[in-house]
Amino acid sequence: MELKDLYRDVILDHNRTPRNFGPLEGASANVEGSNPLCGDRLTLHLRIAGDRIADVKFEGHGCAISTASASLMTEAIKGRTRAEALELFGRVHALLTDDAAVPDESLGKLAALSGVREFPARVKCASLCWHTLATALRSPAPESIPAVSTE
Amino acid sequence: MNDAARAPARPADPTPFDVHAIRGEFPVLARRVHGHPLAYLDNGASSQAPRAVIEAVDDYARSHHANVHRGVHTLSEEATALYEGARDRVTRWLNAASRTEIVFTRGTTEAVNLVAQSYARPRLRAGDEVLITHLEHHANIVPWQIVCEQTGAKLVVAPIDARGEVDPEGVEALMGPRTRVFACAHVSNALGTVLPVERLIASARERGIATLIDGAQAVPHSRVDVRALGCDFYAFSGHKMFAPTGIGVLYGRESMLERMPPWQGGGDMILTVSFERTTYNALPYKFEAGTPNIVGAVGLGAAIDFLGSIDLDGAHAHEAALLEHAHAVLAPIPGLRVIGTARRKAGLVSFVVDGVHPHDLGTVLDQDGIAIRTGHHCAMPVMDFFGVPATARASFAFYNTFEEIDRLAVSLERTRRMFGGDGG
Repeated sequence: MELKDLYRDVILDHNRTPRNFGPLEGASANVEGSNPLCGDRLTLHLRIAGDRIADVKFEGHGCAISTASASLMTEAIKGRTRAEALELFGRVHALLTDDAAVPDESLGKLAALSGVREFPARVKCASLCWHTLATALRSPAPESIPAVSTE
Repeated sequence: MNDAARAPARPADPTPFDVHAIRGEFPVLARRVHGHPLAYLDNGASSQAPRAVIEAVDDYARSHHANVHRGVHTLSEEATALYEGARDRVTRWLNAASRTEIVFTRGTTEAVNLVAQSYARPRLRAGDEVLITHLEHHANIVPWQIVCEQTGAKLVVAPIDARGEVDPEGVEALMGPRTRVFACAHVSNALGTVLPVERLIASARERGIATLIDGAQAVPHSRVDVRALGCDFYAFSGHKMFAPTGIGVLYGRESMLERMPPWQGGGDMILTVSFERTTYNALPYKFEAGTPNIVGAVGLGAAIDFLGSIDLDGAHAHEAALLEHAHAVLAPIPGLRVIGTARRKAGLVSFVVDGVHPHDLGTVLDQDGIAIRTGHHCAMPVMDFFGVPATARASFAFYNTFEEIDRLAVSLERTRRMFGGDGG
């Protein structure tokens, strides 16, 4: 278990300079996620056109792992269909929790999250944004769903 | 700049307290974490147990365990003597007037809930007020919110200032004709502020207001004399003062406890039971329904004996020197801000570092063998006041060393650079 496996350069970079960070005009869903035990809190803004995630941004505050995970997620899901994004959620969830999961090339930069599973106390930091996303995409009325919590 | 060059100059230990001899009494302090000697700086969350406590617990389990207050057989009599012996130790240690004033609970939280439900709930009327301060732990907020909801009473919160101090005049100004209970921490768990409880208790008593002091963070760092304080209730937990978890104490002035109904019903708290009528046991058993945490009490008694066997004044002076040293070595770290700069502090320093979330600090420091607490410390209103979601907190016991605090500073500096902090 090495610290560099957790805090890879990609993670540190996305923590320092989160992508797609800020409000999103014309969002069709704004979903809050929180991790009450550690105080991490984020809001995911989604603009869904037809079946596709036309745009996505996030706001909030959290540790490097949760910030980088959300930043990487927004890059990865922009332009994808609901089904594609949910399929990606499943693969990232496995990467974070399943010791047998091996990151494949199609995950791209998201593979940097694979070091998190060696630090069990931090898994929920990385998964907060993904659970928030999945809840939003599975909801028939994402504009009215309650806040998501990882506890 | 390399880590060695960053290491702050270490002063000679200004106190004659023999910290290395004390460390030998705490087996866990010899272990290594991630290849480094453990630097345990999370004593505010839970302290470690000395050999004397571990052995007392072990001896009880091996040779004396039975239920208390029930059997006429030898083991039950021995277990009862050990359990009640622990109560006697607590009585003397707090300088309570009588052993009937010492109620064993699961911890501070249960003690506060007991007072809220048994003392406050039958007395509070709609429009009455319960006064607390802004720096309370959730355990000294939520039980009062619950009883206020049940009774229509109002929870009034006395402010803190930018240093994290409570102005006694500000609190006194809020002690009004409808104030029935005043509850506050002796030492803030999130900031380390020592509150002026002597004055606040006196002010409340003059006005006929019942007082409860949350002593969870005070008992490990000071001698507490409940009669000198003059409070009606004092609550603390064993596991923050070198005893096991799951055991705590509610001290209650006898005249108050007598007027309070039982909080929970069950065995041990009764004299006679029929389906028509039950009569309650005497103090303190009226408040100890069910089989208590006997082994926990035995461990607490052993912890008190241990504290009585060491140079406690020297230990407290050593802790004060550790705290001063921590402030001195943390202050020069670029981007580090100490949260809570009260003039009277005890046992801990809370801080944030620009560009590094406290949880990341906690993870990186753990890799260096350093255990600190990160988060909101069950004091979310304090975090809101200082505009931070969380802090990192290093909290000390007398077995900590100046070297451990130097390691903390070096590790923090390394973390800051790893996350791209500038300067330094």
